[in-house]
Amino acid sequence: MGIEAALPTDAFLTTQLRRVINWSRRSSIWPIPFATACCGIELMATACSRYDLARFGAEVMRFSPRQSDLLIVAGRVGIKMLPVLQRIYAQMTEPKWVISMGACASTGGIFDTYATVQGCDQFIPVDVYIPGCPPRPEQLIEGVMAIQRIIDEDGIPPSGPDGRRIPLGLSVLPNHPVAAQPVGVRVGS
Amino acid sequence: MATPTSPKLDHPTFAAVKAAFPSAKLRATEFRGQSTLIVEPGDAHAILAFLRDDAKTRYTFLSDVTGVDYLNYPTPMPGRFAVIYNLIAFDRDDRFFVKVFLDPSIPTNGTDEDPALYVDSVCDLWPGAEWTEREVFDMYGIRFRNHPDLRRILTWEAYPAHPLRKDYPLRGRGERESYKVVDRSTS
Ligand code: SF4
Repeated sequence: MGIEAALPTDAFLTTQLRRVINWSRRSSIWPIPFATACCGIELMATACSRYDLARFGAEVMRFSPRQSDLLIVAGRVGIKMLPVLQRIYAQMTEPKWVISMGACASTGGIFDTYATVQGCDQFIPVDVYIPGCPPRPEQLIEGVMAIQRIIDEDGIPPSGPDGRRIPLGLSVLPNHPVAAQPVGVRVGS
Repeated sequence: MATPTSPKLDHPTFAAVKAAFPSAKLRATEFRGQSTLIVEPGDAHAILAFLRDDAKTRYTFLSDVTGVDYLNYPTPMPGRFAVIYNLIAFDRDDRFFVKVFLDPSIPTNGTDEDPALYVDSVCDLWPGAEWTEREVFDMYGIRFRNHPDLRRILTWEAYPAHPLRKDYPLRGRGERESYKVVDRSTS
């Protein structure tokens, strides 16, 4: 790491174990992508080279709930899908967090019909809401960083008076300037 | 805006069916070059078999089977529900529709089996009809006689309604709210 070179030969460092654990946790959040609709495309873009979620240690998408600690609900949750989502959530090991990405996952969005659950937070705990249709990758990264800040502050487990974990219920607003519409188009150069 | 025109009932298949089934009750309609033959539920299977096999018609491909609920439709219709068979004859590039109207005999707000909402399955003519007929059954509660495996296909077996019926509310009857809540104490 380079730090040994600056230290005398037989020196040692002290730190708090909790700090080290938090540091390693926040630097290796492994998300499980529950990408059921178009928000999943934006989630994929976030993981790709242009936005590069790897810079935040969260690029290792795990497709097994047992290996992941961040559930990203990206898209509509249908009435047949919700039991699946709950089961995946239940199979994840603590510590675990949930991001509800996009209008549909958080509220049902424009799909106010019998077949769409009107917000997955009614049935599973959600820590961070990311509004947008779809949210931009920057905003999703901001959501992941919000989880990292929670970990840094020993945010696990935030428990209520009865000792149960309570959802954090944060909401991440757009962190990029929204350009005037319509945006001009150029070809070439 | 297209000016309303009276249907042009000159599709040759109309004459062919009429000649082959002189005693069947047939009605015909046309809209922008797409011709529809309306038949009685009891005749549908025989007429569809004829349309598939007769040398003049040869509709070898069943593109789709769909349903319609005409509840509160602005124009009066011959029945409440319709099942529509969408046929294609590839060698002539010819598309043809066959329609069956059905009227329910019991209230339509449940999922009880209605003996009036029955048509013969065409799975024996076109095996591809299996899933589309299951979808019509799931969404409208219209059952298909002699279907090899008539189960719901989009919703689950115990779903308490046929959701595309027009008397079923768009937002459902609470199905989307009736789940257990998973919280952090239990998982
Ligand atoms: S919020 Fe928008 S982009 Fe995301 S799943 Fe819903 S419709 Fe698609």
